[in-house]
Amino acid sequence: MGYAFDFSFLDEYWPDLLNGVWLTLGMTVASVLPGFVLGTLCAVGRLYGPPYVQRAVTFYVEAIRNTPLIIQVFWLFFGLAVLGAKIGPFPAAVIALVVNVGAYTAEIMRAGFRSIPKGQIEAAHCLALTPTQALWSVQLPQAVERVYPALVSQFVLMMLATAIMSQISAEELTGVAYMIQSFTFRGFEVYLVIAVIYLAMASLLRLTLMGVAHVSFPRLRRLGTPL
Amino acid sequence: MTSPAAPLVRFKNVEKNFGALQVLKGITLDVAPGQVVALIGRSGSGKSTALRCVNGLEMINGGELEVCGRKLHAGKVDLLELRKDVGIVFQSYNLFPHLTVEENITLAPRKVRRIGKAEARDIAAEVLEEVGLSEKAQAYPEQLSGGQQQRVAIARSLAMRPKLILFDEVTSALDPELTGEVLKVIERLAREGMTMMLVTHEMAFARSVANTVVFMHQGRVWETGPGAMLANPVTDELRQFVGSGL
Amino acid sequence: MLGLTIEQIAYLFRGAGWTIVLSLLGFVGGTLLGLPVALGRASKSRLLRFASGVLVQLVQGIPLPVIMFVVYFGISIAGFDVPALVAAGVAMTLYSGAYLGEIWKGCILAVPRTQWEAGECLALTKTQRFIFVILPQALRIAVPPTVGFLVQIVKNTSYSVVINFFDLTYSAKVINNATYKPFTVFTIAALIYFAICFPMSLLASRFDRRLHRS
Ligand SMILES: Nc1ncnc2c1ncn2[C@@H]1O[C@H](COP(=O)(O)OP(=O)(O)OP(=O)(O)O)[C@@H](O)[C@H]1O
Ligand SMILES: [Mg+2]
Repeated sequence: MGYAFDFSFLDEYWPDLLNGVWLTLGMTVASVLPGFVLGTLCAVGRLYGPPYVQRAVTFYVEAIRNTPLIIQVFWLFFGLAVLGAKIGPFPAAVIALVVNVGAYTAEIMRAGFRSIPKGQIEAAHCLALTPTQALWSVQLPQAVERVYPALVSQFVLMMLATAIMSQISAEELTGVAYMIQSFTFRGFEVYLVIAVIYLAMASLLRLTLMGVAHVSFPRLRRLGTPL
Repeated sequence: MTSPAAPLVRFKNVEKNFGALQVLKGITLDVAPGQVVALIGRSGSGKSTALRCVNGLEMINGGELEVCGRKLHAGKVDLLELRKDVGIVFQSYNLFPHLTVEENITLAPRKVRRIGKAEARDIAAEVLEEVGLSEKAQAYPEQLSGGQQQRVAIARSLAMRPKLILFDEVTSALDPELTGEVLKVIERLAREGMTMMLVTHEMAFARSVANTVVFMHQGRVWETGPGAMLANPVTDELRQFVGSGL
Repeated sequence: MLGLTIEQIAYLFRGAGWTIVLSLLGFVGGTLLGLPVALGRASKSRLLRFASGVLVQLVQGIPLPVIMFVVYFGISIAGFDVPALVAAGVAMTLYSGAYLGEIWKGCILAVPRTQWEAGECLALTKTQRFIFVILPQALRIAVPPTVGFLVQIVKNTSYSVVINFFDLTYSAKVINNATYKPFTVFTIAALIYFAICFPMSLLASRFDRRLHRS
């Protein structure tokens, strides 16, 4: 097989790739915290909320988890466009990612809350903490700690899923790759390169989130317990 | 010895059902300030249930129950206010694993009583001294022995400055050598005049520390009296119970 | 109907048909690849563990659309001119194989060690032990997460839109471009995906509950 690999496009296009990386990371960073907050609120709503909140959350979670992200993105982006709402691809992408990852986070956090022994909650109430105080100071930290690895995996998956956002012309890394290959006709090499970049970003995100855990869970740090 | 002060806890014909099962069948019992009342009896006789009614973990179905001046039978009671006055310690410690000993103790004073950080730490130091664990303030629960964890749980209750503390078989999960250190703490609280209700299987302890021993049987107060009553049971049931236990 | 012609709706359903075809390809291919990956991941041999681990790490660290592109361009530079279905099928195989392999590894390792030892006492060979003692138990554990992963497969076939494979997402995109009725078109597409995925999600959680009860 006489195929000659040619990576010379890197000389000319590396700044574009770098821009793509920034946009991908930007989308990811912008979505992680709101997605976590949304998911946690939904988990709490589904576990402790009034029946109509429970039903609404269940509907949201099941609707999102049983349809593809890209359909959600199209629905939102093209839908908003016909409604006349002018929204750029970047905010649209972030909104879609938050809504999407929020549903998965809700399920993960719900499992986390449910895994806390009943005695913990009882003890909190017996110390005269209000239900909100108990949730915030006793249940939430323990729930997050218990499901943290699953959360990290979920957010890495979310970062990888940003690769679809070039479909609404957000020029993230995969979009940049498409542009480069259309100029250079070196599709295979281009996508190999960005595959490597994604691998690096996935590891970076994982490490960063583990670092966040290191700061957020002083007990695990002190006792040297792995997550 | 009669106590001039009004009782802190007053059970009057208290009934409690779980569905069709009647667990408390008319309990009448007073606990005066500074008194130590020990609840003894066979498994399933309703000791824990009686205790849990006192701080509103269970709601009674009949009779009257007044705790620290609050009528728990009269419609809505503010459980948060009640629980500021009534501490409880469980068999399973229930310390918060993600918090240090000091944080476990200061959490409620800070959140509930809105006490400042520095003052809360002073309180923590004080109650840890009381239970003999001053050097463990920065440890996490899992770094402590069962007996130490239980003493921290007692300290955590004390930090809220309760008028009354409930103990539900606090030594049942402990090895005999660790049981002693927890009982010593309770004894010390008794000497200092803390009002306490405790469910226990330690007959010798009940006899020496409690002002009143209450023998519960089949959801009723079967026999009640000073610790010495254990030496001279009136009813057959108590005689059998004491006989099997000792 | 809903502002779409019968032909347009039929077009969407044709796309849905190809979504199902690609999902089946992905599941069958993923099973064929996932089994050796699972065995490799659970094996005692360090080399097998490493090799299968690399595949899993690669697939789990690269976006599926990028895998689609790599396969698509890889096949074409190898000198073959194949339909997008083949490229998408290969990509879905890699993707499902890696994830299923990882899921099934967990199931194999979840069978208690004592079961191996019990097999030993019965004087079974290593292979016999695996097939007759471990596998049936691992399979039982594997059913709920495998059914759950089917949902992932169906949803993720939508990424083949990047290499212009004609599936439900692609057909929805085309119809939207033609009609400019995004809410109608993408809601219908979402409902079709939901109709395929939701029953499997329900099934997966029912299996899961049954497994945990026993
Ligand atoms: N939440 C509940 N729901 C239903 N039944 C209950 C509940 N809590 C307790 N019971 C029942 O009430 C009865 C009394 O229970 P309780 O825990 O008060 O007994 P106890 O005297 O503390 O026994 P032990 O020495 O075993 O702790 C038992 O038959 C028990 O099964
Ligand atoms: Mg009990």
